[in-house]
Amino acid sequence: MSTQHGTRTTHHAPRWSEFLIETLVRVLGFSSIGLVLLIFLFLLREGLPVFYQVEPANLFSTRWYPTFGLFGTLPLILGSIIVTVVAILIALPLGVMTAVFVREVAPNWAREILKPMIEVLAGIPSVVLGFFGMIFLAPLVRQALNVPTGLTAFTGAVLLAYMALPTIISVAEDALDAVPRSYRDAGLAMGATKWQTIWRVVVPAARSGIVTAVMLGMGRAIGETMAVMMVTGNAARMPLTLDSLFRPVRTMTATIAAEMGEVAQGSVHYHALFGIGILLFVLTFLINLFAAATIFKKRRKGGLR
Amino acid sequence: MNRYLVQKLGFALLTVTALVVVLPILFLIGVIVVRGLGAISWEFLTAMPRNGMKEGGILPAIVGTVLLTLGTALAAIPVGVGGAIYLSEYARDTWLTRAIRLAIINLAGIPSVVYGLFGLGLFVLFLHLGTSIVAGSLTLAIMTLPTIISAAEEALRAVPTEFRTVSASLGGTRWQGIRHIVLPQALPGIITGIILGLLRAAGETAPILFTVAAFYLPRLPRSPLDETMALPYHLYVISTQVPGMPLDVQYGTALVLLVLVLSLNVVATMIRGYFRRRRQW
Repeated sequence: MSTQHGTRTTHHAPRWSEFLIETLVRVLGFSSIGLVLLIFLFLLREGLPVFYQVEPANLFSTRWYPTFGLFGTLPLILGSIIVTVVAILIALPLGVMTAVFVREVAPNWAREILKPMIEVLAGIPSVVLGFFGMIFLAPLVRQALNVPTGLTAFTGAVLLAYMALPTIISVAEDALDAVPRSYRDAGLAMGATKWQTIWRVVVPAARSGIVTAVMLGMGRAIGETMAVMMVTGNAARMPLTLDSLFRPVRTMTATIAAEMGEVAQGSVHYHALFGIGILLFVLTFLINLFAAATIFKKRRKGGLR
Repeated sequence: MNRYLVQKLGFALLTVTALVVVLPILFLIGVIVVRGLGAISWEFLTAMPRNGMKEGGILPAIVGTVLLTLGTALAAIPVGVGGAIYLSEYARDTWLTRAIRLAIINLAGIPSVVYGLFGLGLFVLFLHLGTSIVAGSLTLAIMTLPTIISAAEEALRAVPTEFRTVSASLGGTRWQGIRHIVLPQALPGIITGIILGLLRAAGETAPILFTVAAFYLPRLPRSPLDETMALPYHLYVISTQVPGMPLDVQYGTALVLLVLVLSLNVVATMIRGYFRRRRQW
């Protein structure tokens, strides 16, 4: 009797709770879209005023001195670009070669050591890397290049390269993984060495996955804040000549992090920093959109390649 | 015959590359452990900072980071796991679902300092929470969401369809199947994802810069609406903002932060490995 009663309640109760739970889960599922919109909305709300408070000629000039009303963002944008591009130039060959080593060449024991080490690197907080960069990397750069300070764009780029490596390696590895075994067999059967097969068959077949890896690494690098702020010296100068790579620069992220704590809420400077935030949001959005497009396309074709 | 020599050289080059990637990591950890251990004492871990943070301990920073991480967990876990359940168990492949996935990818890519700006704009100013543990935790939680959702969804999807079919064939509703069959099976993977997300939150500095972090506050927080010191921000402050700070204190702080984050990392890896070996399917 009691069991009968039990079944009857579970027969009725679930309909309501089922509906409620499904609705709740659906709302949670869609929360990501809501959050992206909310973030963009708040950046616009706090950042847009700068565009009518400061004339465009000032905003895109070459001098960033907020205390004197000069809000030229060009040196910050170029600073971010130079650091990011050099970081990717370092991380791309390192990352792809390491991925090839791990996937194609390394003996099992080496793989068992390498993969956790790369996960550890991904887990090291950026402020710890920045601290390490200040104490070891910067003096090294200063001595090796004989420059007045080791806090340079190049120092930041090296740190950023290591921060982008875990992303690049793991995505590139997935891409290599998705290349069918038959490709490798065909290469070897044609009499090519393993080395030739890797670079002329496997890697080219994985190239769009590798492009995705680079895009994601770039997105990570351009948004990185603490480590970059601690080792690049933060001088808002136009990095136009080649040797500016070995001088201090200031990135967009570092500018926000360093100055937001000291500005009055609602001041022009406050809105200008949110304006830089809008630019960063849009930039990373586009980079990730591009990377996502390749991921979606490949997923439909079966396998990321 | 020359191409075999090329191959040999090539493989050697790859080995060197792998070393170039790994050795600096080992060096960093080694240096921080060796130099940091010298600074660690019972007092360092359990006392308030004194004399402009140059002496005493870092207790408020440790407590602050633990509280922030717990707050982040509280906010991020239900939303993240719920979102993952929707994507894995309910969502069909429509353009709306793809929009959710796109949103998640973009959330993962938003720079941490932009999260800080958003937290300042929404939680600190608009919702009048002030610079507080609540504001900081919510900011970190949103930043952590994509990691948790992706990992949890992957864990849920890894549970074979047959489990759901059998549950349904025994008269279970869809939610009963999820609650009693699928979730327990996916739990280790979900927990691993949660830990990996939280350890990232614990080590982040930029999102808490304007939402919670106090430069120097030698007492424990009194309520969730209080500001607090936090380990990553404290390391930033003592290594860049305070002249004449003893290196020992800096290394010690870096070591505590590193141990906290990496031990969580190890726990996550162990849970994953343990359950992967024990899994029956």
